[in-house]
Amino acid sequence: MSPVVRATGVRMSYGDVQVLNGVDFEVAAGEVSCVIGPSGSGKSTFLRCVNGLEPVLGGSLRVLGEEVGHSLRDGRYHPWSPKEYAAFRKNIGMVFQRFNLFAHHSAMDNVACGPVHVLGTSKDKANALAMELLDRVGLADHAHKRPHQLSGGQQQRVAIARALAMNPALMLFDEPTSALDPELVDEVLEVMRGLAADGMTMVVVTHEIAFAREVGDRLTFFADGVVVERGHPAELLANPAHERTKAFLSSVRGPGG
Amino acid sequence: MRTEPIAGPSGTMIPVARTRHWGRTLSAVAALAIFGWLLFLLVVNPRLDWGAVATYLFNERILAGVWVTIELSVLATILGLVLGVLIAVMRLAHNPVLTRLATLYIWFFRGTPVLVQLIFWYNLAFLFPALVIKIPFTSIGLMWDTNQVMTGFTAAMLGLGLNLAAYFAETVRAGIQAVDQGQTEAAYALGMTPARRMRVIVLPQALRIIIPPTGNEFISMLKTTSLVYVVAGHDLMTNASQIYKSNNMIMELLIVASFWYLLLTTVATFLQGRLERRFGSDAVRLVRRGGVAAKVLPKVPA
Repeated sequence: MSPVVRATGVRMSYGDVQVLNGVDFEVAAGEVSCVIGPSGSGKSTFLRCVNGLEPVLGGSLRVLGEEVGHSLRDGRYHPWSPKEYAAFRKNIGMVFQRFNLFAHHSAMDNVACGPVHVLGTSKDKANALAMELLDRVGLADHAHKRPHQLSGGQQQRVAIARALAMNPALMLFDEPTSALDPELVDEVLEVMRGLAADGMTMVVVTHEIAFAREVGDRLTFFADGVVVERGHPAELLANPAHERTKAFLSSVRGPGG
Repeated sequence: MRTEPIAGPSGTMIPVARTRHWGRTLSAVAALAIFGWLLFLLVVNPRLDWGAVATYLFNERILAGVWVTIELSVLATILGLVLGVLIAVMRLAHNPVLTRLATLYIWFFRGTPVLVQLIFWYNLAFLFPALVIKIPFTSIGLMWDTNQVMTGFTAAMLGLGLNLAAYFAETVRAGIQAVDQGQTEAAYALGMTPARRMRVIVLPQALRIIIPPTGNEFISMLKTTSLVYVVAGHDLMTNASQIYKSNNMIMELLIVASFWYLLLTTVATFLQGRLERRFGSDAVRLVRRGGVAAKVLPKVPA
């Protein structure tokens, strides 16, 4: 079976600033792939490239069997239209660091929004699905609250339910717990553990080393726009091969970590 | 301020003395005296015929003028709002030609006095004696006499509407840009196209910012319509001026006109207050089904 994500030599820059310097990366179906690295290492940018929020400027990035941003016709690659981007993103869920719930919608409408406006599901069906998913993330009682009435952890769980409502083949998490108060981190990680257990293919950019070790099937360390090393989480964390990885791990673990 | 007595050292209740604000009292008396004197001068002025004011208040031509003023304000505001949204969207488009054209439009209509624009539209016939819509190089089509189309009313509506559009476009643009970029990214991540994201996610949130100023625009429009009297638009001011030009009761008719303008702006201000409360707190169901006014006006949130 071909991998869900396969990046070879992916490059990306903001103007003159090179952000990705040739990233090689792979995610197999059903795999939970965690990505760690210092800030500015390009890990979030890479994640945003995977669903086309940022353009790939060099190399090849194949996601769900498609070259992201281009389709091959008549022997040439044609850039995608906004419609083609939209059709591609339908199958990929994304969870943002700052939740980005739709501020004018209730929790339920946030979850039902994708099915109703993108898939054309009927309002009743979408609401039923939304309630089911909110129940799954433990928020059925809060279905009618607006985002500003929910805590950060609750908002992030609604955001996960919103992404799941599209029944995605791949879920992307962009530092999902970094904007949360420490005591709210666990409730979100718990939901993600559940997803992993259900066999969802996930790419998780995170600073939660413990989560990566416990739940991840594979761990990737990013620095300076490239993948420094990849491996099984427990092994990589115990015996990092590169100095850069060692330095990063000791800085996030603190003394004695 | 406390009025309840306080228990003194010996246990008896001692009343609290009332504080006198001599400065406040003095300034209030002085201001009232000056205001009352000016009002008195006006009211008892022997050259002012209050009987005529009362007669003309409900004069047929005045009432017809009030009606035209309302019509003109509503139509010009609607034209301005619709065109304003269009220009704002052009302004924010990725197409550099559209962006520049929208900027040019805003620059031109904000940079020339509305009075000049009104007179221009009214006299359009000097440039184009006939308005023609036809298939090029044939004689199949429609034709109108410009002077018949460009009445004072249409000239006024176009002039005021096009002018408002330029100002309103900037309000809409600010409203759209004020919506957090994260909302757009989340909409894209769900698989929305740019157009759907604009309609379903961004505009409903931008409206919260855009709607309250539209009330102001309308109130300001009610008064700006008085400029229409230069192109004889048969609005309140035009009709009042025509009456005073024939009978020389200038002050009386200006009082009549002021009365009606005040009444209109007061009603509009009241409606605007409700509009703002509706949008200030809990938000926006506007772009969803149902008429705007029906949804917005009757409901005051808890």
